[in-house]
Amino acid sequence: MGLFILKRLGLMLLTMLCLTFIVFWLTNLDAKLETLAKTQGSARMTDTEVQQWIANNGYDGSMIGRYGQWLGIVPGWTKEVRGEERGRCLEQGMTFADAPTYCGILQGDFGYSTVLRDDVSTIIKTRLTLTGKLMFWVMIVMVPMALIVGVLAGMREGSRTDRSLSVFSIVTTATPEYVSGVLFIFAVSAFGIKWLKGSAASAMDGLTFANFTLPVLTMALYGMGYIARMTRASMTEVMTAQYIRTARLKGVSFGNIVMKHALRNALIAPFTVIMLQFPWLLTGVVIVETLFNYKGFGWTLVQGASNNDIELLLSCSIVAVLVVLVTQLISDIGYVFLNPRIRVS
Amino acid sequence: MEPLSTAQIIWSMFIQFMPVWVALIITFAVSITFKRKLGLYGKLFDSPVGMVGLFLVLFWVFTAFLADMIATFHPIEDVISSMRRKAPGTAIPNPDDFGYSYFLLGGDILGRDVFSRMVMGSREVLKIAPAATLFAFMAGIILGLPAGYFAGKLDTILSFIANLVLSFPVILLFFLLVTPEIVNSGIPRYMAGLLFLFPIIFLVILLNSRYYTQPPLRNMLVGTVVVLGGWVYLGLAWDADPLGMITMQGNQLIVFISVVFVNSPTVFRIVRGMVLDIQTRDYVAAAQTRGEGPWYIMLWEILPNARGPLLVDFCLRIGYTTILLGTLGFFGLGVSPESSDWGSTINAGKGQISFAAHIAVPPAIALMTLVLGLNLLADGLREESLKD
Amino acid sequence: MPQREPYDGPILEIEDLSISFFTRLREIPAVMDFSCRVMPGEAMGLVGESGCGKSTVALGVMQDLGVNGRIVGGSIKFKGQDLGQMTLEQLSKIRGSEIAMIYQEPMASLNPAMKIGKQLMEVPMIHEGVSEDEAYRRALEVVEDVKLPDPARMLNSYPHQLSGGQQQRIVIAMALMANPSLLILDEPTTALDVTVEAAVVELVKDLGKKYGTSMLFISHNLGLVLETCDRICVMYSGEAVETGSIEDVFDQMQHPYTQALFRSIPLPGADKNARPLIAIPGNFPLPHERPNGCNFGPRCDYFEAGRCDAGDIKMHEVQGVERHKTRCLRFEEIDWDAPLELAETKTKGEIGDVVLKMDNLKKYYEVAASALFGGGNKKVVKANETLSFEARESETLAIVGESGCGKSTFAKVLMGLETATEGSITLDNKSIGNTPIENRDTKTVADVQMVFQNPFDTLNPSMTVGSQIIRALEIFKVGKNTDERRQRMLELLDLVKLPRAFADRMPRQLSGGQKQRVGIARAFAGDARIVVADEPVSALDVSVQAAVTDLLMEIQRKNKTTLLFISHDLSIVRYLSDRVMVMYLGHVVELGTTEQVFQPPYHPYTEALLSAVPIADTSVEKKHVVLEGDIPSAMNPPSGCPFQTRCGWKDKVAGGLCEKEVPPVRILAEGHQVKCHLSDAELAAMEPVIKIAAE
Repeated sequence: MGLFILKRLGLMLLTMLCLTFIVFWLTNLDAKLETLAKTQGSARMTDTEVQQWIANNGYDGSMIGRYGQWLGIVPGWTKEVRGEERGRCLEQGMTFADAPTYCGILQGDFGYSTVLRDDVSTIIKTRLTLTGKLMFWVMIVMVPMALIVGVLAGMREGSRTDRSLSVFSIVTTATPEYVSGVLFIFAVSAFGIKWLKGSAASAMDGLTFANFTLPVLTMALYGMGYIARMTRASMTEVMTAQYIRTARLKGVSFGNIVMKHALRNALIAPFTVIMLQFPWLLTGVVIVETLFNYKGFGWTLVQGASNNDIELLLSCSIVAVLVVLVTQLISDIGYVFLNPRIRVS
Repeated sequence: MEPLSTAQIIWSMFIQFMPVWVALIITFAVSITFKRKLGLYGKLFDSPVGMVGLFLVLFWVFTAFLADMIATFHPIEDVISSMRRKAPGTAIPNPDDFGYSYFLLGGDILGRDVFSRMVMGSREVLKIAPAATLFAFMAGIILGLPAGYFAGKLDTILSFIANLVLSFPVILLFFLLVTPEIVNSGIPRYMAGLLFLFPIIFLVILLNSRYYTQPPLRNMLVGTVVVLGGWVYLGLAWDADPLGMITMQGNQLIVFISVVFVNSPTVFRIVRGMVLDIQTRDYVAAAQTRGEGPWYIMLWEILPNARGPLLVDFCLRIGYTTILLGTLGFFGLGVSPESSDWGSTINAGKGQISFAAHIAVPPAIALMTLVLGLNLLADGLREESLKD
Repeated sequence: MPQREPYDGPILEIEDLSISFFTRLREIPAVMDFSCRVMPGEAMGLVGESGCGKSTVALGVMQDLGVNGRIVGGSIKFKGQDLGQMTLEQLSKIRGSEIAMIYQEPMASLNPAMKIGKQLMEVPMIHEGVSEDEAYRRALEVVEDVKLPDPARMLNSYPHQLSGGQQQRIVIAMALMANPSLLILDEPTTALDVTVEAAVVELVKDLGKKYGTSMLFISHNLGLVLETCDRICVMYSGEAVETGSIEDVFDQMQHPYTQALFRSIPLPGADKNARPLIAIPGNFPLPHERPNGCNFGPRCDYFEAGRCDAGDIKMHEVQGVERHKTRCLRFEEIDWDAPLELAETKTKGEIGDVVLKMDNLKKYYEVAASALFGGGNKKVVKANETLSFEARESETLAIVGESGCGKSTFAKVLMGLETATEGSITLDNKSIGNTPIENRDTKTVADVQMVFQNPFDTLNPSMTVGSQIIRALEIFKVGKNTDERRQRMLELLDLVKLPRAFADRMPRQLSGGQKQRVGIARAFAGDARIVVADEPVSALDVSVQAAVTDLLMEIQRKNKTTLLFISHDLSIVRYLSDRVMVMYLGHVVELGTTEQVFQPPYHPYTEALLSAVPIADTSVEKKHVVLEGDIPSAMNPPSGCPFQTRCGWKDKVAGGLCEKEVPPVRILAEGHQVKCHLSDAELAAMEPVIKIAAE
């Protein structure tokens, strides 16, 4: 087991390196850097001024080298511009002498956001907390609801409960967040519902039922249908299994068949699905935060991406990829524990 | 003129959709009559869920085809500034200049007809979603088959790449990839150059593995594929069609590519899993023992028997692709600001929902019904294909 | 154990039972007008081919027919109470306590995520409300009763940690937990290997006697029913056609189907040339295509038009015999003792030169020890160990063995799907052992072909029958153009006695036997000279088996094919093979002509195999050799002789030699070799396993 986790961690590290490099490469294309120069400097800069700006801010030099600097395995760039000592690792007013040689993520330095004008690590911390709250509530609503709907539907295949719950799940999977969000806000304003708000901006200061219900519901609904359908499929399969028939013919009551015999077997597949749902929830987060004006991680990502804020984007992608990989790992390990048939020797 | 009442609006829209109704009635009448002879498609008509799904999907397919007959105004050019944000059913001030006197679903922020934009939007979606899904399937299949069949190192590498793409947050990829800078840099061309090769490779291998025992026939078929495919390929990927007939815009190309790119790893995984299952069958062993080549076995012995689950996933995936395209539009990525595609119209209307909901709601419902139709269709197909 | 009040009326009484399944299109009658009675302590065998409705009867008794199934007529009474009138609650009380059921797939009938102990303890806890400790104590007791080693550890393990045989014993234990009055066994041993099956059957018999349980034993195997039951009911296409005591039905059958069934199975004495089997013509009717009148009419030798197809036929009492009934109008007119009209005897094909020669063939695999996480340590599986034999033209060489014996690996190496680790295979003086199939020339590939086991898997479901055969012809470069190949394909269909119209059919429109014929046609597309038949009939129904076997023999005689017949069924091996090779865990333990292998001296494993195979003949007396335990895993073979863990003769060899050394190959007679440490004297003193009682 230890070896297995070690192997997975190695693989995760490799994946992270590959992905961050791709992000790095895409954000450091010449054209992107020129756009960055124009948004940071001024839109009217001439081509030479743009090149000048790029050079002065350390965006020249080889891509690999700069990626190494960002990682913290290559010394940060230093440069003298108009008598002022500048460098990757230099804070305002520092000189070469008192700045560290390396300052990358390995040193815990995630860089500086050019658009939000703050340390990336601070931004990520605050924004991620906000999104964490959102995710927490989404999970609290989504997972139990999905499992209950799935189990109820799959318990008796073909029954009326099954049919109506299945249609409900299909409808929710067919309604992406930007559709359901729009419809919810529309409904709230059309029916004059006062106890729900179409914006979650105030939720950043304090969560209330009114300002958080719609964003949570919007996200939870879209994800729910999928998990519910998986659970249903898994449940129906288990309910037709021979061992359920054995249990039935042993005289076990229907309730006990479902609770004691079917449930554990039926939840193995959905567990993996729920875990793999996380990465995909990110898209939802971005949409919902945009739609409901909630300035969390998704909003930050949009800000970073639309302004080509390189270091912010890189950190965002690290977080996103980390979430994906960790959940995958958990899902694999959890699968092993849920399913006694697979045990590590 | 008086604005139309709700009932009048509904009736007028019903009339406008008349060509679609006619087409739907004909299709359903013919299909139900001959349902026993139509195989799996015919069986769909035994399942209420499948029928509803097919109805919704066909509704939008026919709408896309017949959009010119249905739309009452031009979705982009007919701008009437006094009609900005006007409620559904409002009459236009100068009906003589146009063929129709009402904005059935009101006007948008710039004063364009929401109804016509919604109708035309179906074209934008159906132009890309099915084709992009098809390409994703070609790529997924052509990589998934050998990964599952040969296993070993090839599988390890391909699976790693697939997982790499899958762990990449879709939304981030879109934000990074679908930008004017990337389009100008020419990267989409190179990626298209690679991705669009897959269908040609697929067809060539498919035909060669089957007909290599009859060289003349093989040469003819493969030749046709290479010439026709090459022509389309040059036009689509490199914008270098010698006849100048086929071309694809840079920003459309990048949308197409990103969607294919995001979808193909999942298809890859499905195909790989199915190969692992099917290759243990005796008919595969029979093919091996008579000395068939690996590609024949993969494409003619294994693939056709995986078609059921793949078909179901294909339907679901078109729906998913539609959602992805909507997401792109919603963030204003890769589409021109005027575009009438549903995602961008929702985006344009999202700020106005509390006072002019009619701008965002129609495209939202349109998108939802199309995806719902596809999901129901997939469900019906799955149910019916299991009944054999 | 709960003690039940003695009940001396019939335990189970089924009267005029009809069960139908309802689909969207139509009602499909699965069981019609079925009656039977099981007395206390009696074992009733329900025999028939697949689809005859025997399992449906069992599920009907359990009142568990699913959503689509319904009892449309008649009644099922258990100890005088009508099960059909009971509420679900009353039923739950009876299920598991009074009536218990054992199924075909032991693995599937145990909950994979629940420990075995818990699954066993559940039964008394539900039905008698006993405490957990008491339930555990009982579970231990029953597990000991089913002769499982280390009961406490068994109770604490999950189903997947047990072997198939052990799982089936657990299922039996679970059924016995409540000491039921009636035990229903639905093909309980079909999924098991022969030697394991024999042990399980033995166990069921003993326990039945010990607990005095009545049994309803469902099987397709007449031999098995003979060994386990007192009475038998033969079913055909949803109806009981004959019922009576074992002796009456086996020796004085009164229904043409029963007779035809017995004539189509290879009993000792049948011979492929002198006394060939007689296959039942035609096919089993589909439920919605049943003929008017007698269902067996169209396939019956005694069919009389206008009478047999006139209307429903009732069961008739056979005069003078107690409780013997038949569903035949003409049973009194038919001369049941008329000697079998010999179908033409066939001349034996002349055995020719050596075509195929294997010399010291070895095949080892390296596998990762843990499949899921691909751990570093690799294990070597010795799938084939020094295989040497030759096969001649027109000869049938049977390769006999149970799962894990290495017969499939051997076939793979011969076909070129794998290459040999060591040793050589020579085909017509050409070495092919190290040539993978892609490097073999077309002629070699076409010469060595294979017929597969599972008829439902052997044909590509998405291609027509004709095009699959044509494809084989294309690959073997037969015929110059499409027309010629099509012509040849039609001839091949003629060869396997299928109508030419089948060329355009999809495989799913064919029955199992027909698919198998197509498989044979495909194998012979390139005029194969060596055909490996991997259990070609084991998945087919008894009545079809004979026809397919005969077909293979006929083609062999015509084409002088060398047939390598892989099977675990010794009856059929005895019937059709010229020489027999017995394999166990990758080793050839015995090789000789059919007469040599089926007569003593045997290898101890051969002896056990012979004793394990049930024979449907009341005049046969068998020596009982029951093997302990299961077949060891090929990943983890025992030291010394591979068979030593289960061998009953081990103590006859001094010094524990069997555990230390792999026995050498010994030549007992010309062409007869055995791998055993037993002394010549011991071998010579062996008694024959099968004796046919003098009549």
